[in-house]
Amino acid sequence: MSTLHFLVLAPFIMAVFIPFFYKWFRQIHTGWFVLALPVILFIYLIQYLPMNETPEPLVVPWVPSVGINFSIYLDGLSLLFALLITGIGALVVLYSIYYIANKKDEPLNNFYVYLLMFMGAMLGVVLSDNLIVIYVFWELTSLASSLLIAYWFHKDKSKYGAQKSMLITVSGGFAMLAGFCLLYIMTGTFSIQGIIEFFASNAVFNEALFIPAMLLILLGAFTKSAQFPFHIWLPDAMEAPTPVSAYLHSATMVKAGIYLVARFTPVFGGIPEWFWIITSFGLLTLIWGSISAIRQTDLKAILAFSTISQLGLIMALLGIGSASFIDHIAEVAIIAAVFHLINHATFKGSLFMVVGIVDHETGTRDIRKLGGLMAIMPVTFTISIIGIASMAGLPPFNGFLSKEMFFTGVLNATALDIFNVQALGFIFPIVAWIASVFTFVYCMIMFFKTFTGKYQPEKLEKKAHEAPIGLLLSPIILASLVVIFGLFPNLLSNSIIVPAIQSILPYGPETYVNIYHWHGLNTELLMTVGVVLFGSLVFLNLKHWQEATFFLRERDPLNRLYDGGLEGLVTVSKGVTNVQLTGLLRDYFAYTIVFMILLLGWTFFRFDALAFDFINVSEISPYLWIITGVLIVTTISIPFIQHRITAVIAVGVVGFLLALLFVVFRAPDLALTQLLVETVMVILFLLVFYHLPELRKEKFKPVFKMTNLVISIGMGLMVTLIAFSAHAMRHDVNFDVISQFFVEHSKPLAGGYNMVNVILVDFRALDTLLEVLVLGIAALGIVALVKLKVKEGSDV
Amino acid sequence: MKTNYLMLHTITRIVSFIILSFSIFLFFAGHNNPGGGFIGGLMTAAALLLLYVSFDIKKIKKVIPFDYSTIIAWGLLIAIGTGLYSMLFGYPYLTQFFEYYTVPIFGEIGLKTALPFDLGIYLVVVAVALLSILTIAEDDT
Repeated sequence: MSTLHFLVLAPFIMAVFIPFFYKWFRQIHTGWFVLALPVILFIYLIQYLPMNETPEPLVVPWVPSVGINFSIYLDGLSLLFALLITGIGALVVLYSIYYIANKKDEPLNNFYVYLLMFMGAMLGVVLSDNLIVIYVFWELTSLASSLLIAYWFHKDKSKYGAQKSMLITVSGGFAMLAGFCLLYIMTGTFSIQGIIEFFASNAVFNEALFIPAMLLILLGAFTKSAQFPFHIWLPDAMEAPTPVSAYLHSATMVKAGIYLVARFTPVFGGIPEWFWIITSFGLLTLIWGSISAIRQTDLKAILAFSTISQLGLIMALLGIGSASFIDHIAEVAIIAAVFHLINHATFKGSLFMVVGIVDHETGTRDIRKLGGLMAIMPVTFTISIIGIASMAGLPPFNGFLSKEMFFTGVLNATALDIFNVQALGFIFPIVAWIASVFTFVYCMIMFFKTFTGKYQPEKLEKKAHEAPIGLLLSPIILASLVVIFGLFPNLLSNSIIVPAIQSILPYGPETYVNIYHWHGLNTELLMTVGVVLFGSLVFLNLKHWQEATFFLRERDPLNRLYDGGLEGLVTVSKGVTNVQLTGLLRDYFAYTIVFMILLLGWTFFRFDALAFDFINVSEISPYLWIITGVLIVTTISIPFIQHRITAVIAVGVVGFLLALLFVVFRAPDLALTQLLVETVMVILFLLVFYHLPELRKEKFKPVFKMTNLVISIGMGLMVTLIAFSAHAMRHDVNFDVISQFFVEHSKPLAGGYNMVNVILVDFRALDTLLEVLVLGIAALGIVALVKLKVKEGSDV
Repeated sequence: MKTNYLMLHTITRIVSFIILSFSIFLFFAGHNNPGGGFIGGLMTAAALLLLYVSFDIKKIKKVIPFDYSTIIAWGLLIAIGTGLYSMLFGYPYLTQFFEYYTVPIFGEIGLKTALPFDLGIYLVVVAVALLSILTIAEDDT
C-alpha cells in the first residue's frame, strides 16, 4: 500500500466517521470536518506538478489469480482529474456548508457520507490502472450520484431523477464491463498500461472482438458523460442540491466518460470507427444541448443542457484528436479538449454556484420571475458576468482561448486526408459554429433575464439580498481562476496540459503547447466575431422564436422514449410474473420438478452418463423385500386416500420406513435425522390440522391428471436412473469414487471420525452455512406469510 | 371447565428433560459419532415442542422468554463469525482447526473450532423449527 492507495481510500475511511461527527458535534456544521480532507489531498497532489517522468504502476494484489489488482497509476491525465476532483471538491464542500443549513431535519450526515463516497470512488476511477477496479469504482460513482440526487427524497422529482440516472449510467457501466472483458480476452491483462503496450507491440490477437469491445466501452463512456441520446438523465439530475450539481453533474462525474475515452485513445485511436463515432456523437450532443438550453426557463436546466453541450464539445475534440496518430495536424484538438476540460470546470462550477446563490437568496430559479438583480447582488453579478462571458467564449477569459482552439481543431480536421474526412469534414466547422451561436444566445438569456430588466419582488418568495461571504467564497475563487487562466494560460500548459497529452498520445512526437490570445485576423477570430454578431441578432429576435411550437416543449422528446420504455418494462415484467406465479404450491412444484428432470436428462444425454451393470450386486434379503414392498404400496396408495388423517399417517409410514432403510444400510446419521424430521412433522401436522380445510374430492380434467402423472413418473425414473448409473460407475476404472477421499482424510485433515459430520462442518462447511441461511430465511418467510394476512386478490 | 392433565404434565416434565439431555449429548457427540448441530438442534426442538404441546404456549413462553427470530440471527452470526476467525491467520474462509489432547481417565479429547460453528447451526435449527411451528400454531384465524 502506497500513499496514493490511501489517497483513494481516505474519503471512504473518512465517511465512516462522519455519522459520529454529526452526532457528537451537533452544533458544528458537519461540512467543516469534511472540508479538511479534499484540501489536504489537493495540497498533496499538487506537489506532483509539473509531471515529467513516467511513473510505474503501484500494485497491491487483490485477486491476482485472474489479474485483478488494486494498482494505482498516476500520470498526467490522472493527475489532472485527481486535481479537479479534490480541488473542486474542496470548494464545493465549503460552499455546501453555507448552502445546506445545519437544521434539525436536514440529514447532513447522509449528504457528506454520499459526497465522500463519491469523491473516493471518483479518485479510484481516475487513479486505477486495473479495468475491473475502475469498473467497481465507476459503478460506485453512479450509486453515489443517485443517492445525492435523491437527497431530498420526499420529492417525487428527486426520486424520478435518481432512478433515471441510475438506470442509464449503470446499464452503460454494465456494457463497459463487457467491453473490458473482451479486452481481457484479447490481451490477457486487465492493466490499461499493459493493454496499451500489447496493442503497440502489434501482437497477434482476436481482431473480431476489437470493434465490439470499443463499442461497449464507448457505451459506458457516452451514458456517463451524457452524450446524445443518453443525455436525458442529466437535466433530471438537477433535482440534487446545487453543490452536488456543481460537483458531480458538471465538474467531475460526467467527465468520467471523457476520462475513459481519453484513457483508451492510445488503444483505439487511429482507426476510422473510433474517429467517426466519437466525433459525430460529440458534435450531435454539442448542437442538441445548446439548442435545448435555449428552451429552458429554469436557470439550472439551462446550465444542465449547457453542460451536455460542452461535454459533447470535449468529446468531439477527443474524436477529432484521435486522428493525430496518423496526421499530427489533429493534435491541437486534444490540446483544446484538455484545456477546455479545465476551463469548463472553472466557469461552469462558478456558474452553478451562482445559480445556487440566486436560488438561495430569492427562492426561485425561474428566469420569468427573476430580473434586475444587478444592483441588489453586485458580487454575485460580477462572478456571473465572468463565468457567462467565459462560457460564451469572449476575451479575455479562458473560455475564449479554448473556444478558439476548438475552432482551430475543427478547421484542421477538414484538412485531414484520412477516414473519408474530405467528403464530410466540411460539416464539422459548420456544426461547431451553429452550436456556438446558440451557446452565445443562452449565455445572453442567462445574463439578461437574471440581472437586468425590472426587479419583480412580488414574484419572489424571499426578499432578494446579497449572499453571505461564505457562500460567495467558492465561486469567487473559481471566477478568479477563470480570469487567471484567461490572462496567463501558459501557467497550465507545461505543468499539466503537456503531461496529460503525453498520456493520451503516448507515442507521438514531443508536444509543445503555447496558448496566447492574439492569433492575428484568422478564420477562428472571424468565426467568433460572427458568433457574437449573429448570436446578438438571434437574442434580440427571441420573442418571435419563442412562439414556435419547438420552444413550447421544454422537455426533451427523448424522455418519452425513456418513460414509455420503463413503463413497458414494468408492465411486461408484471405480466410475466403473474403468468408464472399462480399462487398454487402445486404449480411451483411442477416447475421445479420439470426443470430438474430436464436438467438431469440433458446432463445424462450430454455426458453420455447412462450406465447399467449388475456385477457385484449383493443378495436381497427377505426382510428388505418386505420393507421396500410396504414402502412402494404405501406411496402408491397416498394419492387415492380420501381422508386427511389417513393420508398423513401414510406419509408418516413412508418416512419411518425410509429411516428403517437407512438403519439397514448403516447410515445412522441419516436415520436419526429422518426420524427427528418425521417427529417434528407429526407435531406440525397436529398444529395445522385444525386450520386445514376439509379434504374434498377435486374434479380435474384428464389432461391435467396425465401431465401430473408424467411429471411424477419422470422424476421417479430420473432418480432411479441416477442410482443405477452411480452404481455402475463405481466399477469404472477412470472414475474415482469421492467417498474414498473422505474415508482417508476425515481424521487427519479435520480431526473427526464421523465422516458425515466432518463433511458438514469442515469440508463443506460453506454449504452448511448457506443451507441454514436458507432455513432462516424460510422461517422468516413463514412468519411474514402468517402475520401479514394477505387478502385474496391483493398483491404482496 | 378446567381439565387436569396431571399424567401428561408429569410425564412431559421427565421425558422432555431426558430428551433435552440426550440432544445435548448428540450435539457434542458429532464429529466422531452420529450427532452434531443439525440432529441435536432438531432433537432439542422436539423436546421444546413437547413442552409447548402439553402445557399451553403462554405458560412456556414465560419459562423460555427468548425471541426465536433473534436466535436465528445469533446462530447465523456465530456460524459466519467462526469462518472469519481463520481469515485472520491467512487461511481461507471457514477453515477449521483441531487439536487432540490425551487426558487421564477421559482418554483422548479433541478441541475443535468446528464446535462453535456447529453451535451456530444448532441455534439456527432450533429457532427455525420453533419459530415456524409456533407462528403457525398461534395463528387463530
